[in-house]
Amino acid sequence: MSTLEIRGLKVSVETEQGAVEILKGVDLTIKSGETHAIMGPNGSGKSTLAYSIAGHPKYTITEGTVTLDGEDVLEMSVDERAKAGLFLAMQYPVEVPGVSVSNFLRTAATALRGEAPKLREWVGEVKSAMESLKMDPSFAQRNVNEGFSGGEKKRHEIMQLELLKPKFAILDETDSGLDVDALRIVSEGVVRAKEANNHGILLITHYTRILKYIKPDFVHVFANGRIVEEGGPELADKLEAQGYAEYVTA
Amino acid sequence: MSSLQSNVLENHTPTGREEAWRFTPLKRLGGMHDGSATAVERNSLAVKGTLPTGVTFSHQEIEAVTQTDDVIVNRVRQFTTKGAVLSIAPNAEIAEPIMLNRSSFGTDSAEFSRVLIKAGSHSKSVVVIENTGDTHLAEDLEIVVEPGAHLTLIALQEWGSKTIHAARHHAIVDRDATFKSIVVTVGGDVVRLLPTVDFIAPGASCDLSGVYFATAGQFFEHRMFVDHKVPNAKSRVNYKGALAGDKAHTVWIGDVFIRAAAEGTDTYELNRNLLLSDGARADSVPNLEIETGEIVGAGHASTTGRFDDEQLFYLMSRGINMDDARRLVVRGFFNEIVSEIGIEEIQERIMARIDGELAKAGK
Repeated sequence: MSTLEIRGLKVSVETEQGAVEILKGVDLTIKSGETHAIMGPNGSGKSTLAYSIAGHPKYTITEGTVTLDGEDVLEMSVDERAKAGLFLAMQYPVEVPGVSVSNFLRTAATALRGEAPKLREWVGEVKSAMESLKMDPSFAQRNVNEGFSGGEKKRHEIMQLELLKPKFAILDETDSGLDVDALRIVSEGVVRAKEANNHGILLITHYTRILKYIKPDFVHVFANGRIVEEGGPELADKLEAQGYAEYVTA
Repeated sequence: MSSLQSNVLENHTPTGREEAWRFTPLKRLGGMHDGSATAVERNSLAVKGTLPTGVTFSHQEIEAVTQTDDVIVNRVRQFTTKGAVLSIAPNAEIAEPIMLNRSSFGTDSAEFSRVLIKAGSHSKSVVVIENTGDTHLAEDLEIVVEPGAHLTLIALQEWGSKTIHAARHHAIVDRDATFKSIVVTVGGDVVRLLPTVDFIAPGASCDLSGVYFATAGQFFEHRMFVDHKVPNAKSRVNYKGALAGDKAHTVWIGDVFIRAAAEGTDTYELNRNLLLSDGARADSVPNLEIETGEIVGAGHASTTGRFDDEQLFYLMSRGINMDDARRLVVRGFFNEIVSEIGIEEIQERIMARIDGELAKAGK
């Protein structure tokens, strides 16, 4: 059983007009096996929370703590956070020209497992992850995210989730830009990975449609840089019916 | 005639004010440009292994195929009338690469060397020249690609740190012939290469690719000139470079001249540089001069940038440490061109050298 604990997190970014505070004190605790949905309007700071936990250099932590089983995450470099068990599925994964998916995945697995996976088993692992996400085998030879469609990028992210087996997965708008079929395939991948590894999930989304496939245990409404309401799955139904208007004007 | 002044290579001792020499550190050329070098004839270019059937190699009297204004090439021609001649027989299809190499003889004198590579009509071949060790070398390399021939020339500058190398690789490409050149410059103190192409009949094409990696104090210059003077010829230029360390300096000049007669020309040239540290300098100058509008396309692009933080973040967020992430990105950057070499052993060796240069450069 692992615990990811966020306490009083305040985060700012540098702009031409000086530092702007985006997260204004976030408290959140996630345990292994739990699925937490963070829902909120655009610009509320949801993605900033995701990237701050992962350690993106653009964000400055001004106050608060993030710990994973008591270890100080904020003291760790980006790769150390991944080694500690954090995984961020990105909304806009970047292209890495000239680096094949196959080479990238094996380098990442080697780094996270501390030794190179045995070739035969590894080939099998990759093959089965790709098959279950309905990806063509030629995908492995393509360059990371280069020329990928929106759906292919998201499948590639979730394939990594299945292969890299983190303790906590942060899914940043994984549903954005997916058609109905792709949403189902990608969501099934998330559920399958969770059943296999029992990791905790922090699911960031604007819409409720992904929650039909990935059932949240807790729903947190995010607005203006903080959590403004918390509840169970029924809160998502309320958002579906009423939208975010009440939180935005508040 | 042309205002493309950067191609007028003055036939006198350069002062550094000439367009063709304005970037080159003349004091570091070992006197190869001003006659003060001790010129010797070493015939160091040799066949590595055995020659396939249909290919001959000999040292013999040699005649220049073209005139040039380049002062170093003219000094080489004045010094010797002999050179190495590699001939690929007409219609020969050579499956294995033809391997040539140069051994080094130190830096007390300078080798003045003439080379002619002749690809017979409708032949198909790959020629590799491996340059290693420490030497001073002034090289006049002419390439004749006869009608319908396909020639790939891979020139590897894997020199030691003391080498001074000035060379002109001039290709004359005939009707429906294809010349492909891959230049790799990853070693040497000063390297100045002039890959130039002269199309002499319609349907000719060339593809000039190159990679270079300069670290502290190294100067690498690659100066192309593609002369489109006949209709319906096609040229592509793609050079990629990385620089790291104090006073690492690279120069890329891409001159393309589309003359009035060259209707149907299709040309594109690209140079990308990756600056990996402060104190390094990449000069990148594409020049396109067009005398006719009746062309298929003409374009160029030049970019110089640093590591993309988003790429490094993405890789590191998967547990890959900073050094390995940088190595992956740099390998990926060069892979597009290095993978074109098509010889696994050489590709791995070049990538390992690039890893080494990056490690040497530190952070």
